[in-house]
Amino acid sequence: MRIAFFATCLADTLFPEAAKATVRLLERLGHEVVFPFEQTCCGQMHINTGYQKEALPLVKRYAQTFDPYEVIVVPSGSCAGSIRHQHAMVASSYGDAGLAARSASVAARTYELSELLIDVLKVEDVGAYYPHRVTYHPTCHSLRMIRVGDKPLRLLRQVRGLDLVELPAAEQCCGFGGTFALKNAETSTAMLADKMTNIVSTGADVCTAGDTSCLMHIGGGLSRLRTGVRTVHLAEILASTESS
Amino acid sequence: MTTFLGMPATAPRGVGHLRGDQPFPRAAHDALDNSQLRRNLRHATTTIRGKSGRVIAELPDWQRLRDAGSAIKADVMSRLPSLLVELESRVIEAGGVVHWAADANEANEIVTGLVRRTGSERVIKVKSMATQEIGLNEALEDAGITPVETDLAELIVQLGDDKPSHILVPAIHRNRSEIREIFLRAMPGVDPALTDDPPVLAAAARRYLRETFLSTSVAVSGANFAIAETGTLGVVESEGNGRMCLTLPDTLITVMGIEKVLPTWRDLEVFLQLLPRASTGERMNPYTTMWTGVTPGDGPQNFHLVLLDNGRSAVLADTVGRQALHCIRCSACLNVCPVYERTGGHAYGSVYPGPIGAVLSPQLTGIEDNASLPYASSLCGACFDACPVKIDIPSMLVHLRNKAPHSPAERAAMAAAAYTMSRPRLYASAQRAAKMARIVGRRGRGLPPPLSGWTAGRDLPEFPEQTFRDWWARR
Repeated sequence: MRIAFFATCLADTLFPEAAKATVRLLERLGHEVVFPFEQTCCGQMHINTGYQKEALPLVKRYAQTFDPYEVIVVPSGSCAGSIRHQHAMVASSYGDAGLAARSASVAARTYELSELLIDVLKVEDVGAYYPHRVTYHPTCHSLRMIRVGDKPLRLLRQVRGLDLVELPAAEQCCGFGGTFALKNAETSTAMLADKMTNIVSTGADVCTAGDTSCLMHIGGGLSRLRTGVRTVHLAEILASTESS
Repeated sequence: MTTFLGMPATAPRGVGHLRGDQPFPRAAHDALDNSQLRRNLRHATTTIRGKSGRVIAELPDWQRLRDAGSAIKADVMSRLPSLLVELESRVIEAGGVVHWAADANEANEIVTGLVRRTGSERVIKVKSMATQEIGLNEALEDAGITPVETDLAELIVQLGDDKPSHILVPAIHRNRSEIREIFLRAMPGVDPALTDDPPVLAAAARRYLRETFLSTSVAVSGANFAIAETGTLGVVESEGNGRMCLTLPDTLITVMGIEKVLPTWRDLEVFLQLLPRASTGERMNPYTTMWTGVTPGDGPQNFHLVLLDNGRSAVLADTVGRQALHCIRCSACLNVCPVYERTGGHAYGSVYPGPIGAVLSPQLTGIEDNASLPYASSLCGACFDACPVKIDIPSMLVHLRNKAPHSPAERAAMAAAAYTMSRPRLYASAQRAAKMARIVGRRGRGLPPPLSGWTAGRDLPEFPEQTFRDWWARR
């Protein structure tokens, strides 16, 4: 299958390993990955901070860039959520009915990674090997905005060598929330502290998730506390093989 | 010609409890520092959450009940004026008197005037968010009338000269030893040998309240629901204090937000299932009291209904924001909110705390007066899933943020980021420039505000050698 790849601004800029892993994984499964260079950012930060008008060109850019493709993948539940639930709303509230229709159409063809693998490509065992003790943080937007359910866990359970341990209070927010971490830094830090306590209690050496943003937050905290636990994007685990 | 009907756009300043003294982040700072408060809150919210989850799981049709509740509320909002007029006619036919209060000041004047005319110097109150919203207790005290809260938690808050911090459990921030101290200090006629054993504390409150119920001739209540087709008002509660207030006195004054009306008795069926399970985790609330006007020789002989607007018409006018008026005050959103769990109710500065408060208060007061509240959320969405009438709080928060005033610095930064990000070449060179700035700088520590909020508790990621797009271009 020919799959267009939306890397997200965060993965493109700060976590290219997660983006590269997505490409490696899909190519290993026999698919053609296309990366349209005109892509930038989904505009979620602008929309969620109260700058919908400013986000409008980003919404337009996403729709224009990805409209030619049948299937689009994004390694982020949060960006997928914004594209699916906010893009058409922003377009229509600024009076662009044509763009709203286009955005809705592109959004319907945009999948988060675990959705693409399980719902579209119908694969649970991606042939990965990852010999680590891993705990999974579901991330709020994957969980409640796009409802990926247990799809990431189903993928992880098929990974050879991987010891999957349950994260206590997994469904509680890590406290990132985009600009929430800046505007309410103290509350965000208190939420992060509890998340880190739960992660460390599992004895895992890796915490994974389907969003680089939450992982940046959790990873930044775990690194500051010198816990020794690493954060790794789901795509990187699924892309790993015995030879890598 | 004007269409302005004289209704105030927002709740007035200087009266009531919808505005805090300081913005949310600053108010949250104090709560985050109070480890006792955080322990009390965590214990209480975790307990209620568990209980509620268990009784909700018993119902096979919970999601359909939520759909029904949501649909009934949407219908009510679409024809609120006519339903209110219908309610008014039925209440009058049943022997009640109906008063319309445009805002907190008018409502307080109406109620104070009604109590004065009875000659009573004391009123008993059954928990009412609306009277807290308008600051009725303060208005009564100014008029020389003593209001006595009869809900146990409300009484604790009142005697402690404190503010409620939870919709359902107003004293959630207090533990039993704190409650014992409050009773010893402020409860008239309390036994000095009082212990902090919960049954002993409850017995002390019962003795005091019984005396008050039997010696007070005027009651002020709120209303959970009003049935337009019959003019019936209803209160649900757990302790029986409400039943006392609603049946014993000669005069009953009910203050109700205009959004509480329901078209028919059949609609009530849905909410009497949704409310107790979502709020207290009970299959059915212990006391449901319904009354229609007055009945000679039975119950209060004078009944007054005060219909309160106080900004609600303005909320109704916003087709996205009006969902906040669907709220049945169950507090389920508070009990699942990770922000509320750590900051408590007082940080929200309003009688309506938590996620629903973050969308309701700024709309009632006008966004300028509560501009920090729509940001008091990480948009995790737990509130939306918990809401028994499916209020989409996260989307409303985003909607209100878009209307909130922004600082010029933030606006400039956001505009610059959007400008860059909508131009792929500029974006790619900005990625490289950011990397250079970091290499030249101090690896991300000691950044200026607002980024300092991040580096206070977290490391920044290191910039990679190569962006993904550069890697892709060279592969």
